[in-house]
Amino acid sequence: MDIKVNVREAPGDCYVVDLSGEIDVYTSPKVKDAIGDLIDRGVYHLIINLEKVRYIDSTGLGVLIGGLKRVREHGGSVNLVCTNPQIKKIFDITGLVKIFGIFDSEDSAMKALV
Amino acid sequence: MNQPVQHAIPELVELRIPARPEWVALARLAAATVANRLSFSIEEIEDVKLAVAEACTAVIQHENRGEFIQLTCEALSDSLRVRVHDSGRHGVEPAGGRSMDFDEARIAGLGVFLIRTLMDEVSYDVHPQLGTDLLMVKRLAAR
Repeated sequence: MDIKVNVREAPGDCYVVDLSGEIDVYTSPKVKDAIGDLIDRGVYHLIINLEKVRYIDSTGLGVLIGGLKRVREHGGSVNLVCTNPQIKKIFDITGLVKIFGIFDSEDSAMKALV
Repeated sequence: MNQPVQHAIPELVELRIPARPEWVALARLAAATVANRLSFSIEEIEDVKLAVAEACTAVIQHENRGEFIQLTCEALSDSLRVRVHDSGRHGVEPAGGRSMDFDEARIAGLGVFLIRTLMDEVSYDVHPQLGTDLLMVKRLAAR
């Protein structure tokens, strides 16, 4: 079990964080570090692509919420790309759909940022 | 693949893992395997996986945790019963509610909120010397 993290620059002063694998108490620090590094560098508009994430728990949600709180302090935003029904369900039941922008594709997440 | 459980005798699986983050995946996969022996849907099995992982994570994140987590999964004819035992003096605690906002305290309570939402019955048995048991039940929906 592992998480793969890939960070890439995208148009519009924005970065995409591609995540692949499982986000839990063991792997979430790696995600937290990647998001934190971007914010420390002054990147405040993020797209986090969860399309290849098979599993996420509360520690993963906490990392995403923490990132969102930090970028919002700078007028930024975090949009999520998520197509996995089970992961969408977790965002639904926790009410996180109300605080994140959640999109079915990277294109639509990108358009909503700018 | 084994046939689903269709008999009166319960099947019981026990697993003891170190109370460390790298072992939580094993606990949730074990619980999912037992859930799969019953006729749960894929979505329900995912619910069990997440609830068990959240229970183990709560133990691991507690500063007074024990050295090990004991997971017991019992496949009954109508339900799956899961016990997560932490030998530490304080284990998972019955905090968190059905409605959430997202200040720091609520983020910390997300795990317990998920457990209570995803499982049909949740109870705690806290013993000052023996540790804490979190008992969870997922019932088979009528099919």
